[in-house]
Amino acid sequence: MRHRRLDLVLFFLYCGLYAGFMGIAAFRQDWMAWPVLGGVNLAIAYGMGLILGAIALALVATLVRRGEGEGR
Amino acid sequence: MIYETNALAVAVFSLFVAAVLGLSFWLGRKATSAGGYFAAHGQIGWFVNGVAFAGDYLSAASFLGICGMIAFYGYDGFLYSIGYLAGWIVALFVIAEPIRRLGRFTFADALDAKFQSKGVKTAAAISTLVVSLFYLIPQMVGAGALVKPLLGLPHWSGVLLVGVTVTLIVVTAGMVSTTWVQFIKGALLLIFCAVLVGLILDRGLAVPRAADGATISAKDSARWTQTLETARDGAKLVNGAPLGADNQLDSRLRADVGTGFGSISALPGGVERTGPLGPISYLATFSQSTIVTWQKSEKTDAATGTRTATFTPKESTGDDLLLPGANPTFKGIRSPELSKKLDFFSLMIALFLGTASLPHILIRYYTVKDAAAARKSTVVGIAAIGGFYVLTLYLGLGAMTSGHLDPTDSNMSAPLLARSFSDTLFAIISAIAFTTVLGTVSGLVMAGAGAVAHDLLANVFGVVREDKAKVRVAKIAAIALGVGAMALGILFERMNVTFLVGWAFNIAASANLPSLVMVLFWKRTTKQGVVAAVLVGIVSSLAWVLTSADTIEKVYGYSAADAANLAFVPFSQPGLVTIPLGFVTLVAVSLMTRRNPATA
Repeated sequence: MRHRRLDLVLFFLYCGLYAGFMGIAAFRQDWMAWPVLGGVNLAIAYGMGLILGAIALALVATLVRRGEGEGR
Repeated sequence: MIYETNALAVAVFSLFVAAVLGLSFWLGRKATSAGGYFAAHGQIGWFVNGVAFAGDYLSAASFLGICGMIAFYGYDGFLYSIGYLAGWIVALFVIAEPIRRLGRFTFADALDAKFQSKGVKTAAAISTLVVSLFYLIPQMVGAGALVKPLLGLPHWSGVLLVGVTVTLIVVTAGMVSTTWVQFIKGALLLIFCAVLVGLILDRGLAVPRAADGATISAKDSARWTQTLETARDGAKLVNGAPLGADNQLDSRLRADVGTGFGSISALPGGVERTGPLGPISYLATFSQSTIVTWQKSEKTDAATGTRTATFTPKESTGDDLLLPGANPTFKGIRSPELSKKLDFFSLMIALFLGTASLPHILIRYYTVKDAAAARKSTVVGIAAIGGFYVLTLYLGLGAMTSGHLDPTDSNMSAPLLARSFSDTLFAIISAIAFTTVLGTVSGLVMAGAGAVAHDLLANVFGVVREDKAKVRVAKIAAIALGVGAMALGILFERMNVTFLVGWAFNIAASANLPSLVMVLFWKRTTKQGVVAAVLVGIVSSLAWVLTSADTIEKVYGYSAADAANLAFVPFSQPGLVTIPLGFVTLVAVSLMTRRNPATA
């Protein structure tokens, strides 16, 4: 149950990041043009971050729940 | 463009198809029971299942469509990469384990686990069939797009080739062969796309110049503009002379500057060539360069019926191309009016919520032994799929500056990018791209066949009772679905495959997600509520899509201005309205029926 709660926390954390991306893309285009990573703009860095962040969250959640759910 | 038959491509492709079919017939012996045919006995290992998730999910839309959209418009194609991958978070944290615990063979099994209602099974089966059909269209269009350069055959023959091969794969060994085809395809796609990106970075960026030092530019547009006239009888003229091997759409450009469509007119610091670049410096250099893209305008002579397409160079800064809003689908983002941004919000929400609602993805949770394996395979899938989507940005930008674009067909950008390196790589990439279609279409046909045989004919109508009869009926359904998919693939030839997949995600998210989530998390959900939500989701999203400006223009063939006037709905992507509508319907109907649940 505790881990189910962790799942939902991680899910809503990601939802927040995704919503932030949509909000900036729609209402703050000028922010998306900021160079933030070695000359790469925020649009690319944030987009890559969402992809790599999803992989990282998936790994974290799986490591925490190792062995759980076997045989079900 | 004229594409010649490439013998190596034919050899690689034939080898793959022969191997896949051989494997399918061999595995066919293990899939005679319903458990074997529909769910591979739940015995697929989590790693293989995870890579097969990638093989299932990374469709023609991902490889051909996204690369093509980035190559033509820049960043906007990458929005799809972000949305497609983000959707897996919903699958991992919300759907994966409960689905594995509740279901047996199909999406309907999980939705109906606590109700045992024929109404729920019927609604879920209809939804599976509708979503699968809409997802099949872009896959088959992609198959047709690939067969032109690969085998030098027309679009329809590629559609038939994929249709027949996939039907054989599904008919022989069901989920067992489908899983292994998807595993092989997923692995090959990732490996060779990584190789291609390595070559893009190693080549760096360069400015092609004519003998007089000129670069392709908007300033001297008359010199660079190309025309393609198509007469009513199909005869084609390029720049006034008949189309032929020596007079293709890019022949004049190649003779002048040594490169075709898609190039750079200025690099930062005035250099002519960068040499090898790293992943970050490639993007940084691109953003400071001036890129030549091509604008297409079309007019038709009313008297002769001849269509003339004119391709004019347009210079854009890399900075601008690496921001959202250049593609017509997303141009509303740059508008100050909120109403024009709604299409963007709607599509991004549909992509986020649609992945976990796709029937062909959901059935893969039944091929592993338990909930832990379902979860682990989802993580492997996310890593493989996420890695691929990072690569799509480089593939798209690499194609945009490769000098090998076909300005009449965005779907060809990725294979033609490979041709800019060598014919051998082109042959291999084209053959692998073909396998992307085989893998995804197999999963879709499998999901549809399960809906017909297991959900409708066995569980709802009760006309199929024996295990073996169920498998036999599923095979017949697979053949019917294969034939339907071929017809649709020929009908929708000219559509960008990514655009079409957007439809499928919207319909899946609207029809399936509200019920899936509420069945798992809201105890007051009733079977009547589920049936109503699924049907309202399908009908509302389908009606919205078919009466939208995008469809009126791109499918019914009206001009953009006429389409805007004729559209019944204010924006083209329905998810923003129809997904909440599904939730509201489910809650309202459940509250109205919860005291009398036996009346469905």
